Amino acid sequence: MRLKWLVPVIYIFFLLLPIYWLVNMSLKTNEEILSVFSLWPQHLTFDNYRVIFTDKSWYSGYINSMIYVSINVVISVTFALPAAYAFSRYSFVGDKHLFFWLLTNRMAPPAVFALPFFQLYSSIGLFDTHIAVALAHCLFNLPLAVWILEGFMSGIPKEIDETAFVDGYSWPRFFVKIFIPNIASGIGVTAFFCFMFSWVELLLARTLTSVHAKPISAIMTRTVSASGLDWGVLAAAGALTILPGALVIWFVRNHIAKGFALGRV
Amino acid sequence: MIAKQVNQKAWFMVLPVFLIVAFSAVIPLMTVVNYSVQDTFGNNVFFWVGFDWFRDLVHSPRFHQAFLRQLLFSGIILAIEIPLGIAIALTMPKKGWGVPLCLVNMALPLLIPWNVVGTIWQIFGRVDIGLLGHTLAAFGIDYNYTQDPIAAWITVVIMDIWHWTSLVVLLCYAGLCSIPDAYYQAARIDGASRWAIFRYIQLPKMHRVLLIAILLRFMDSFMIYTEPFVVTGGGPGNSTTFLSIDLVKLAIGQFDLGNAAAMSLVYFLIILLSSWIFYTVMSNVGEESSPTKEGGGA
Repeated sequence: MRLKWLVPVIYIFFLLLPIYWLVNMSLKTNEEILSVFSLWPQHLTFDNYRVIFTDKSWYSGYINSMIYVSINVVISVTFALPAAYAFSRYSFVGDKHLFFWLLTNRMAPPAVFALPFFQLYSSIGLFDTHIAVALAHCLFNLPLAVWILEGFMSGIPKEIDETAFVDGYSWPRFFVKIFIPNIASGIGVTAFFCFMFSWVELLLARTLTSVHAKPISAIMTRTVSASGLDWGVLAAAGALTILPGALVIWFVRNHIAKGFALGRV
Repeated sequence: MIAKQVNQKAWFMVLPVFLIVAFSAVIPLMTVVNYSVQDTFGNNVFFWVGFDWFRDLVHSPRFHQAFLRQLLFSGIILAIEIPLGIAIALTMPKKGWGVPLCLVNMALPLLIPWNVVGTIWQIFGRVDIGLLGHTLAAFGIDYNYTQDPIAAWITVVIMDIWHWTSLVVLLCYAGLCSIPDAYYQAARIDGASRWAIFRYIQLPKMHRVLLIAILLRFMDSFMIYTEPFVVTGGGPGNSTTFLSIDLVKLAIGQFDLGNAAAMSLVYFLIILLSSWIFYTVMSNVGEESSPTKEGGGA
């Protein structure tokens, strides 16, 4: 088994190759992309990136995406915390059915909801706002957050709650002062997953926005269909969407292995 | 299992989540149900047609084909991603500088927006400007995913493997990391073979996470939309038109609301059934293993 290390190395090479090609293209001019085939840029240029950072219709896409993703993460984690506590500690009428019903929404295909969401948010005047996308993404992120947090909370012994109540803590004070610090890494993992699924989703975000809240991924698809040939800028925009994800992974790298098991190993 | 305290007031803690999800799920779902039993001549005038749309759907070859394509796709990617993911997780380093390096690089594809994943592979596979397409053409292999259905399928499947195998790897790796060293030492003393260690120590420990992996991959692949849409647009012809792509074509492209609504409901019911099986299997496994359960979570 001397050559065991080769397997992950080959796999990572396979993962990084298409990404390398994207970055490589983003550093070339369009003429070079279409005329010469080369493994690295012959005439290094940052013009494609300059286009994105100076044109408002491009960079506002990144800002819009960031805004609705942040709103969604905050809503999901805040509301999921007490609910997950209730599921992990108490039994109440209909708890199992409710938990299952919540999970089914995580499994709902966004394609089913695209059109009704469009009509719903148009009718209440929220169409093309960040809050509409954030709320729509709650459909799958909120159940997911409850599910992950419940896994982490069930790992905390009940004695901690009981001791605190004997010591005279009220429930809200106990929850904020004692319980939340205990599941801090669980909250981090939950926020990571909510960020992930809200950041990568396109269908709902595109359906619910037109101008003011348009996400970067939707701006990219429009450019493909309209001009179709500006490969350099397209590649640069794509390369830039990888960056926030890479940063977030770097911050949670020590929790990533356990986090992916959703607290259920 | 520790008996949970009965407390009906706990409903108040769940209520906000219930209301938000109900707002996002129930109201739109009712709209869909509404459309599925009515027809219109335009001008917002609707009349009752009962189950006609469903009858059409069940007899529609278009739906059957999309459904079979979807099943085939999910089957293929599960058959490749699960064994591959286990193999990679088994060979990953357990400690040292290689661990964060592997984890960060492997998690990267999971955080790329889905349409960018599509764009990456669209570019990568093109014969004129893509590394893959160009290299294959240089070897004289006829590969063109925009015209050849088989090439399109291979591209979409490899793209999904590229995109999602890491999820299986990371889940299995988390399972493997929870095995205490003492187990391996005991196995070594007993002179267990590599296969025996895998079969009787590692596989049982990965059981739970593997189940999560299989079911998450099944459901997410069953709903796949964005990536194949960007790469092939469902073509050439209809060869990569999966259920979600077909549904969006029907609802937003042709604005055929009745058909689309009936299809939505059937599609949703299929997923609901799968998630019910998922949930039952999961909770049974949870009860079996709970007496020996170590404190889960980090």
